[in-house]
Amino acid sequence: MDPLILARFQFASTTVYHFFFVPLTLGLSVLVAVMETLYVATGQEVYKRMTRFWGKLFLINFAMGVVTGIVQEFQFGMNWSEYSRFVGDVIGAPLAIEILLAFFIESIFLGVWIFGWDKLSKGMHAAAIWLVAIASTLSAYWILVANSFMQEPVGYAVLPDGGLVMTNFFTLLTNPHVWHQFPHVVLAGFTTAAFFVMGISAYHLLRKNEPDFFQRSFKMAAIVGVAATIGVGLVGHAQGQYLVEVQPMKIAASEGLWDSEDPAAFSVLIIPDMTNRRNTLDIRIPGMLSFIMYNKFTGEVKGINEMQTEYETTHGPGNYIPPVPILFIALRTMVGIGFLIIFMTLYALIFMVIRRRYDQGAIILKAFTLAIALPYIANTGGWMLTEVGRFPWTVYGLIRLDESVSPVVSAGMLLTSLVGYVVVYGLLIVTTVYLLGKYARAGPAAADVSGVLQPEKED
Amino acid sequence: MNLNILWFILIAVLYIGFFILEGFDFGVGILLPFMGKAGGGASADTMRRTMINTIGPHWDGNEVWLLAAGGATFAAFPLWYATMFSGFYLPFFLLLVALIIRGIAFEFRSKDDNPKWRALWDGCMFLGSLFAPFLLGVAFSNLVRGVPIDDQMLYAGGFLYLLNPYALLGGVTVVMVCVLHGAIFLSMKTTEVLRERVHKIIPGLWVVSVVLAVIFLIATFFSTGISDKPGILAWVVPIACALALLAAGYFIRRKREGWAFGMTALTLALVVVMFFVILYPNVMISTGPGPSLTIYNASSAPYTLKVLTTVAVILLPIVMAYQAWTYWVFRKRIETKADTLIY
Repeated sequence: MDPLILARFQFASTTVYHFFFVPLTLGLSVLVAVMETLYVATGQEVYKRMTRFWGKLFLINFAMGVVTGIVQEFQFGMNWSEYSRFVGDVIGAPLAIEILLAFFIESIFLGVWIFGWDKLSKGMHAAAIWLVAIASTLSAYWILVANSFMQEPVGYAVLPDGGLVMTNFFTLLTNPHVWHQFPHVVLAGFTTAAFFVMGISAYHLLRKNEPDFFQRSFKMAAIVGVAATIGVGLVGHAQGQYLVEVQPMKIAASEGLWDSEDPAAFSVLIIPDMTNRRNTLDIRIPGMLSFIMYNKFTGEVKGINEMQTEYETTHGPGNYIPPVPILFIALRTMVGIGFLIIFMTLYALIFMVIRRRYDQGAIILKAFTLAIALPYIANTGGWMLTEVGRFPWTVYGLIRLDESVSPVVSAGMLLTSLVGYVVVYGLLIVTTVYLLGKYARAGPAAADVSGVLQPEKED
Repeated sequence: MNLNILWFILIAVLYIGFFILEGFDFGVGILLPFMGKAGGGASADTMRRTMINTIGPHWDGNEVWLLAAGGATFAAFPLWYATMFSGFYLPFFLLLVALIIRGIAFEFRSKDDNPKWRALWDGCMFLGSLFAPFLLGVAFSNLVRGVPIDDQMLYAGGFLYLLNPYALLGGVTVVMVCVLHGAIFLSMKTTEVLRERVHKIIPGLWVVSVVLAVIFLIATFFSTGISDKPGILAWVVPIACALALLAAGYFIRRKREGWAFGMTALTLALVVVMFFVILYPNVMISTGPGPSLTIYNASSAPYTLKVLTTVAVILLPIVMAYQAWTYWVFRKRIETKADTLIY
């Protein structure tokens, strides 16, 4: 088997897996910190219980995020050594700073938070989870600085010998690309956490289990959810309008637009033919793509074929067309879910929170529980769009995937590690879902005792 | 001193921090099945929970030192990072698996009271704690012994090349010193039956550690280029390392737990110093056909090193300060009482 395919599959699968845990960490850390702050401010026991209950679920998720993150740091060197050699001068810095500035804080203060309930003052204890929350967000920023460089390289120079060096650190940090990605990812994190909390609360509201506790939880999540879902949509829209300028091939491929058009039509459904570079089926709304990109029904959107020609002129012959079906589906999945969850959070806010009618019908409450999965699917779609849309580049315009892979790592070694990750990650996701399900269903009473579900029996 | 040398030293410092800190929590993890047995009215599970709770608040922060060392290598010496991580592929893959199952075991073990569930995570914690320092010991021993590197600066040996007797001895020695270090840590952090139990095995662990360490240090003179190094550091450091370990024995006899712990920490620190002294000015010593990777031909450009230096000089002392504070917060001994334990 081709090592490049194996390395790409390994990166895609381990990254998507890692990002199952990251968004919930980003959002839920802040929600738990707010709950504990309310406890410190009001002294009401219910907020302490909320902190303990949601905190316990947060910890299970957090642990998975940490251990799968280590793989990411090693993987660049292990599977993509040529990329690492080429780009280390620029990308190593944000990754190293992420560890020194953010990951240390997260790991150390999370330990303080878990074990410090009776060792610290209430305020100090709440400060610990705030530090974890802030550091998680900072962590996301630094990682995205690295990713944004790969999408849109800035602040660098190519030396005469072909090496890449950083020339301006500040330019790297203020890359306009990262200031689109970062808010989008953070708001996606809040969205994920909001649906997680609403979904589990709805489960208990349906069973009339601790109504006060879960109404408060649901209310907090719904308020955050409305802001986050609308916010993530608006930022995403701005991102699309930005990408049409800086990564036109990514946009063209994700819209299935082969030839440049002005005004450009929006394809609702296509059957793309990658060999003949056209769509065999194309159901379109005239002018709509121009409207999405430029807020008016005119304006040129570049097509795949034109971009292909352009890249061949500037970078030599080759295939510069990302896999259209994956991108087309990824984008529509993400955006479709984006609209759906905006409506769901609005419903939650208007019909449940504001009207104080939490005793909704079983269908509505069950829908919220099932909807926990929606942000996860959208998050995955988003990263598929971002990363697969980078094809054939590892760093846009500078180094291709086939030039990036480790020359000394054989297909056999890659297959060994891939099988290893699939087995370990597979077993762990089953275990994680089991634990989250168990503690989510058990409700706050189980989280009131420390450590175990029931106090341990001495034998 | 130029920035290339500074970053070589800083990476050594990060590894020193890692081995001193995570060294003892690896040791505790390895001792888990042996010391975690029923006794004095407490169940085996309570014993194990007590052991885990001594390192519970700390292990994750300790592990970040390794990740920081890896990240700093990527940023300051990208070619070292690329050549070593792709070259030592299977050991590093196994290291990742060890760190994954171990890290998860801490969080998941206490979340279900089924004995089989707990036994599963105990196994993960033991294996992870055993293999992680072993594989790192093997990796470092190979770095100082030298590995084949081709003229593209890529690793040219296979997986089996890494499994030479010197490197395996290095791995075993690092594991053993970690076990001793962890046992002394446990004696400082536990009470009554568990503490007495640990006290009983420490002298034996010390003897084995001394024997292994002396053999390893002697082997180092024959298997690496240490004796060709100019200056006295190449002689002073290994001897100081041996003396620190011997001093640990003295304090163990005198029941001075804190001092003994300090001495095993110093031993681990000096082992890392020795590795870096042998390496300097290389970061990967080549046995041919290509040149060695050095702190100059493998490094980032001066501008990047300047940025990194500014950041590290500000942040590293702050990290050390708040991490030290957490050790102060959790300075009390952990009692073997099930209802007081968190994990």
